[in-house]
Amino acid sequence: MTATREGASFASGTATDPAMAPHGMTLTLRIWRQKGPADKGRMVTYQVEDISPDMSFLEMLDVLNEKLILADDDPVVFDHDCREGICGSCGLMINGTAHGRGTSGGPTTTCQLHMRKFKDGDTIDIEPWRATAFPVIKDLSVDRGALDRIIQSGGYISAPTGTAPEAHSILVPKKDSDAAFDAATCIGCGACVAACPNASSMLFTAAKVSHLGLFPQGQPERNERVVNMIAQQDLEGFGGCTNIGECSAACPKGISMENISRLNHDLLGALRAGARPKS
Amino acid sequence: MPLDLFTVGDPIADTKAPVDVPIGERWSTRRFRARLVNPANRRKLTVIVVGTGLAGGSAAATLGEAGYKVKNFWFHDSPRRAHSVAAQGGINAAKNYRNDGDSVHRLFYDTVKGGDFRSRENNVHRLAEVSVNIIDQCVAQGVPFAREYGGLLDNRSFGGAQVSRTFYARGQTGQQLLYGAYQALERQMAAGTVEQFARHEMLDLIIVDGRARGIVARNLITGEVSTHFADAVVLATGGYSNVFYLSTNAKGSNATAIWRAHKRGAYFANPCYTQIHPTCIPVKGDYQSKLTLMSESLRNDGRVWVPKERGDERDPRDIPEDERDYYLERIYPAFGNLVPRDIASRQAKNVCDEGRGVGPGGLGVYLDFGDAMKRLGRPAIEAKYGNLFDMYAQITGEDPYETPMRIYPAVHYTMGGLWVDYDLQSTIPGMFVIGEANFSDHGANRLGASALMQGLADGYFVLPNTINDYLADGPFEKVDDGHPAVAEALQDVQGRVQKLLSINGNRTPASFHRELGRLMWDLCGMERSDEGLRKALDRIPEIRQEFWTNLKVSGDQDTINPTLEHAGRVADFIDLAELMCIDALHRNESCGGHFRAESQTPEGEALRDDENFAYVAAWEWTPEGAPPVLHREDLEYEYVHLAQRSYK
Repeated sequence: MTATREGASFASGTATDPAMAPHGMTLTLRIWRQKGPADKGRMVTYQVEDISPDMSFLEMLDVLNEKLILADDDPVVFDHDCREGICGSCGLMINGTAHGRGTSGGPTTTCQLHMRKFKDGDTIDIEPWRATAFPVIKDLSVDRGALDRIIQSGGYISAPTGTAPEAHSILVPKKDSDAAFDAATCIGCGACVAACPNASSMLFTAAKVSHLGLFPQGQPERNERVVNMIAQQDLEGFGGCTNIGECSAACPKGISMENISRLNHDLLGALRAGARPKS
Repeated sequence: MPLDLFTVGDPIADTKAPVDVPIGERWSTRRFRARLVNPANRRKLTVIVVGTGLAGGSAAATLGEAGYKVKNFWFHDSPRRAHSVAAQGGINAAKNYRNDGDSVHRLFYDTVKGGDFRSRENNVHRLAEVSVNIIDQCVAQGVPFAREYGGLLDNRSFGGAQVSRTFYARGQTGQQLLYGAYQALERQMAAGTVEQFARHEMLDLIIVDGRARGIVARNLITGEVSTHFADAVVLATGGYSNVFYLSTNAKGSNATAIWRAHKRGAYFANPCYTQIHPTCIPVKGDYQSKLTLMSESLRNDGRVWVPKERGDERDPRDIPEDERDYYLERIYPAFGNLVPRDIASRQAKNVCDEGRGVGPGGLGVYLDFGDAMKRLGRPAIEAKYGNLFDMYAQITGEDPYETPMRIYPAVHYTMGGLWVDYDLQSTIPGMFVIGEANFSDHGANRLGASALMQGLADGYFVLPNTINDYLADGPFEKVDDGHPAVAEALQDVQGRVQKLLSINGNRTPASFHRELGRLMWDLCGMERSDEGLRKALDRIPEIRQEFWTNLKVSGDQDTINPTLEHAGRVADFIDLAELMCIDALHRNESCGGHFRAESQTPEGEALRDDENFAYVAAWEWTPEGAPPVLHREDLEYEYVHLAQRSYK
């Protein structure tokens, strides 16, 4: 099967252009299909043909979906948007690994995974993130609203618009600023939760606690921030952190375990200082 | 102009900027003259904000902080996904931290000139003024801008600017600025001032008694179509680059909200002004779903070339120096590989049109780091561009340290958008438009690091100081679903959804989208001509006709159905594409990112026509298939004098 039925070609490469000829990988996909939160869900097997190694993983799913639409079947629902690895929308368990494994064997986002990682005849299992706090909406799409609510509970610096002092009145040592940046690159995709045997969101929470706690501007709310965010993640039904490290290994942005140490340090300090979660 | 494709209506003008005072005093004067809303009354006023990008997120948070009741709608699962997140380069501000002669006036001057004299001086000056407040605000929120060892903020020169005024957070500036706004927004959601409507798509604007009073939205999970009311509506729904199908925009980015508002009476300004970015990864095949931009900083060390002979299919490393054409260095010896975006893009197209393009389909040019590697050594190149080289390798499977990169231009940003006045109010009273969705500040060409600046300027500082002048007349009379205008809008949306599902033809929404995009890229892209645009205007109605008779959408209405969402967006893109082509056809001049074949110098460079086209083209929709009406807003340059750009 080719990518488009009508054969409209963008690169002016058509089937007659040898460089653009189908490379012909045939793959078996076993995809989790679930009509809605109440449905039990099941793995369903599909075949896709003529998959080019240059396709992204999501483009391969686009090809399947085009076929399903024309067959009057329900296409597979999955979240995606920027397709350049930064918005955090996409997230699939691919052969049991969150986002699959990227070009160099390291972590990636699903949208940056390309089909040259697979070979003709492969069978690929595709499942949604699985965690109590991430209920399935449909097929491969889950509700990650719990992560936003963790931010709501304290993942910010209170600085209403217009109140800011001159930017250079706050000096930040470069090493703190760089470490804060590293933590702040978290894209909120949820791979850490999906990879964790406890389905804990600790790496996500720790990244924000670290980012803001490393800045002078973040100090006034530092104690309340950490206790409230931890309380909220417990409330959402995420598991506890037992320092296994699967989260960091699966993180497409390389958020390190050091952030969890920093969170634990902050939490201890906050509790000793008498900080307690709201309500 | 002898066209039966449109008619000409009355001129239009901004009446809000206080032009009786010098330009440097206009923004403060406007803030003083704008009526205020007593803090105690703000909670009685509801504002709908659609979108959560830099403009929408910052506006919703700021209006919430001010005490208004805000209802915020977005189609993603989380506000943090908005496509502002993908902006790489940086954000300009006239801080003059480098003591290199920068000032508000210089940023204003550069932006007006960079926009090729097709933007409003008043708006641009205000943008330059508030740019400094944006940096202060973002730092206070904890945005991790790059810093120097002394703890001060770092700056760089960007996009050919002669001063270092760009603040940045590695190659992820948009992400970090967005998270600052997102965190402020989540804080307001927790405080209860901002009510959240995640995974809701705006499908129509509700106008009652001549005022924007609400929206019709579809819940993308349940399929429920519902009405939401307010005293004012703010659209912050981004640009329309995806009319080209392939662009650097996110897959979900769409024009539906602004197009629906346009059909309800909001004028659409300069729809043909689009920006094509020269350094993107080329298209690979039919299945391609989006294009990826790589920072144009690559042109600082990379040399652009194609083989001298057409059809030369040798490995680039086997092509000797004297058989390579470093065409930018040849044509523009002074600027070389650093010519502005529009010129670099157009020359890439020219050499590919000559049959000298490289890679699959011949749509690519080499960006070669061979010389830079020899001069600086691999470690220096890795330190400077490592992340970009990795990204390129990940997507293409080629190692750019070993073999030249291949690049090709792609649509990146749209300067056109809904017409707004100085208060950012559209031609519909009570409907405000901010960020990329409006047309206001970039003229015919946007400078690098200016999009983030404009989005945050509008959301944090401009809208929250102008919307009060409108809301001072509120709260307006309560409306509900019983009102005939509301019932009509609701039925319209429901009917349309049903129609899309019931055609049951043989082509998917994506197949129409690809066809439309290809047509627009070929005929309304980097270079436009009278003949080509007329061809496009013949073809678009045929695509529309086939769309509405041969579309296939599977699945149901009452569940999450991305195919149905896509179909609705494609339908609007088809209509918008037609207006873009009409606008491009009527503007018989080359300006900014828009090159018109009939308007060039003897050397083949863009030739602007200030005599006939120094105006904003604001288009009015006319129902029942009548041609659109052109309203001209004349542009006057009091402070920056009209001059032709030259890079030779």
